[in-house]
Amino acid sequence: MRIGVVTFPGSLDDRDAQRAVREAGGEAVALWHGDSSINNVDAVILPGGFSYGDYLRCGAISRFAPVMTDVIAKAKEGLPVLGICNGFQILCESHLLPGALTRNKDLHFICKDQELEIVNNKTLWTSDYQVGQHITIPLKNGEGSFQCDDNTLNMLESEGRIVARYVGENPNGSRNLIAGITNERGNIVGLMPHPEHAIEDLCGPGTDGLGFFTSILKAMVK
Amino acid sequence: MAKIIVEVMLKPEILDPQGQAVASALPRLGFNFAKSVRQGKRFEIEVDGEPSMADIEKAAEVLLSNPVIENYTVRVEK
Repeated sequence: MRIGVVTFPGSLDDRDAQRAVREAGGEAVALWHGDSSINNVDAVILPGGFSYGDYLRCGAISRFAPVMTDVIAKAKEGLPVLGICNGFQILCESHLLPGALTRNKDLHFICKDQELEIVNNKTLWTSDYQVGQHITIPLKNGEGSFQCDDNTLNMLESEGRIVARYVGENPNGSRNLIAGITNERGNIVGLMPHPEHAIEDLCGPGTDGLGFFTSILKAMVK
Repeated sequence: MAKIIVEVMLKPEILDPQGQAVASALPRLGFNFAKSVRQGKRFEIEVDGEPSMADIEKAAEVLLSNPVIENYTVRVEK
């Protein structure tokens, strides 16, 4: 099982994402933003960071990176894609997922362990979790407030496309406490907090994040 | 040389915490005229000749703004 992790100029969490793939039992394949194809990997992770310096809008320039042409085309055909933090922003800018991530409501960069509730375990990236399960993984971003219009919000709610919600106080002003969403087919998931930083007891808040990586490996074996 | 001005603003229904922070800073400095503030972006694009307005509109829609959360206006300054 080969899972590609794209490194853009300014990506920060690509190494951690690769490591999480290996800890879960998969093979991590480094992809470069300038690559013209995704090299036949079975799934792609767009990692966190500040790709292209977050210039213009977070993810707005990364969306047009050469490798994204292939990622976008294959994602539309069903390739599993997980966008974490900046990766989620890139997926929204690519219009693979609806909505947008805007400045946190209090304008602060947030960096803390965040409790989430898994709302949908039917996606390729969340099948190892139970619906209603609470997990704690790091949240670290300045532009994590999920915004969309009322019609989109109603669609996401009624179609069960919200993957995870923040538990407790809303950390950033996201509508309906949304921490992550999926597309209609369930192959593309965007998540603001960072599961790749919670895969070992040695560092981070525990191992609650590992499920995203074991889920996709199991989904691909089937 | 002509200049194209593209202004991008968050849609009215989208929360603008930066604008709100500016609005609350103004009275602290003794400026009491502001009822509300919205913050946006302005792009000044120098061009040679007469570019097609359709191309400029396209660029504003595809790259300079995110139509999910933002509106834009385009005008030419001679």
